[in-house]
Amino acid sequence: MIHCADLAYRYPGGAELLFPDLNVPQGGVMLLRGASGSGKSTWLALAGALLRPTRGRIAVAGQDLTRLGKMAGDTWRAKSIGFLPQKLYLSEALTVAGNLAMAQWAAGAANDKEAVSRALARLGLSDLARRKPSQLSGGQAQRVALARAVLLSPQVILADEPTASLDDDAARAALELLATTAQQLNATLVIATHDQRVVQALPQANLCQIDLQVSNNVRE
Amino acid sequence: MKIVAIAFRYLWSRPLAAALNLLLLSLGLASITFVLLTSEQMDQTFERDMAGIDLVVGAKGSPMQLILAGVFHIDVPPGNIPLEAVQELAQNPQVAKLIPLSLGDTYQGFRIVGTTAAYPQHYKMAMAQGQLWSLPMQAVAGAQAAREGRLAVGSRFAGSHGLGGKGHTHGDALFQVTGVMAPCGCVMDRLILTATESVWQVHEKATAVDASDQKALEAEREVTLALITYKSPLAAVSLPRFINTTTEMQAAAPAIEITRLLRMVGVGTEVLRGFGLVLLLTAGLSVFIALWNAVRERRADLAMLRMLGASPQKVAGLLWCEALLLALLATAIGLLAGHGLTALVGHWLQAERSVALTGWIWLDAEWWVPVLGIVVATLAAALPALNAYRLDVTALLNSR
Repeated sequence: MIHCADLAYRYPGGAELLFPDLNVPQGGVMLLRGASGSGKSTWLALAGALLRPTRGRIAVAGQDLTRLGKMAGDTWRAKSIGFLPQKLYLSEALTVAGNLAMAQWAAGAANDKEAVSRALARLGLSDLARRKPSQLSGGQAQRVALARAVLLSPQVILADEPTASLDDDAARAALELLATTAQQLNATLVIATHDQRVVQALPQANLCQIDLQVSNNVRE
Repeated sequence: MKIVAIAFRYLWSRPLAAALNLLLLSLGLASITFVLLTSEQMDQTFERDMAGIDLVVGAKGSPMQLILAGVFHIDVPPGNIPLEAVQELAQNPQVAKLIPLSLGDTYQGFRIVGTTAAYPQHYKMAMAQGQLWSLPMQAVAGAQAAREGRLAVGSRFAGSHGLGGKGHTHGDALFQVTGVMAPCGCVMDRLILTATESVWQVHEKATAVDASDQKALEAEREVTLALITYKSPLAAVSLPRFINTTTEMQAAAPAIEITRLLRMVGVGTEVLRGFGLVLLLTAGLSVFIALWNAVRERRADLAMLRMLGASPQKVAGLLWCEALLLALLATAIGLLAGHGLTALVGHWLQAERSVALTGWIWLDAEWWVPVLGIVVATLAAALPALNAYRLDVTALLNSR
């Protein structure tokens, strides 16, 4: 679940960004829309406990993030958030399985090869476990990144522009997979995007749409 | 996945840089290991071989040559001195012990030294086999001489004239081995000892034409040099000057000459040590540049780690671990190479029947080598790790 009230963030020396109040239940889907500069990234950083709000309240996965310490934030993020970045950021130094194992290491979780193969199998990637990221197609790489995001069964999945640079069919498939995977885990899914195709591809029930606008939410 | 495994993967994802840094670090640590091993062993060897010998008396010439020839047996002696003069010197009240040495012959490159039982006693030699000589033409072999010359109790051998090992063989005068000394790690190991009379006998027989000639030769008997231990330290003040001014002989103090020698050789070790440190500095800088670039190249990777829940300390630790891994590998290679090089030099020296030097010992001082490696790695990793520590993760979300 995600709950925001009166949320605002001000970059040092910058303008204050205001965010709309919202309530997304556990297992719900949230669409965060807006053009560049509208504050999508800032909202994601706040939801991932990478930034602390200057005003207001934000609670994610049952945790009030407003006053979470830095160390506690890292620990909380490791177990509660699955992050699917736009550019995927798979490490070229490691194999597909290695990339997942590194996620376990980063999160301070036990080194569990079984869990890695299960996560890969769930997304149909078992045959690619020993490949390097550069040997994957775009779609395969995104599935690997998704497998990494859901490896530790997070309560919230943050997906940043998951359909950018995908054609219509691939975009639909990617969103479907994302939604199904989130549903299987009963995880709250947040998709930050400015892609109009996304809203059409997602089931409308339970969909919470937030539109961020550059002019509206910036108070000088 | 363990941090070491991840660090290892990252390291070898850029194999050329990693190999170059490993090479530089290893070379630096190897030269430092080599200097440590050789200078320490040289010092020990010199110290042990000259222990208790206060003065060496021989023919006029270079005092250092006299010491190198008489104490360490790595140079030719400047000449001979009359036996009579040496016997007179032995009666001097300031002399506690006088050991005469007669050099001139070798067996397979090992010097045959005519002396008295006081010589092996001075180095507290134990017998591995047999006993000391009791008659002329009996000989006792040092451990290395026995091993490489294939000498055992009962074997007979002929010395060859000259210390170079190329002279003619005294074929008619055979020595008989009566004992083999236990190894001592000192100069005794590469000597063959016999009675002073044996040396006279060999050479007089070789040159005397008849009995009267033999008598004449006996009257002019000589030894090569004499090792002297003072009765009291006060003798150091007067005895050398007394010998140098009133006799035809020369007196040299090993302590003084070796200090002089080590000061000369010391320049070489200092240069080598400095060279090693410069190499290490270069290696440290090279590792620093490699890590610095790695942080820039892998900004996204590292930020992703933070996104996955790794603390800044953990990300910085990963970089430190990479540098440490390089340093530890380099320490292992460097120590091995340093010991190997020392062993190689030791092998050459042994073939020359010169000072014993082994690569296969461990000195306490060598514990500084891994410490040095770790310090260099830590210094090289400090700034890149700090950079990784301060990495702005939100940049990961703003990359469009």
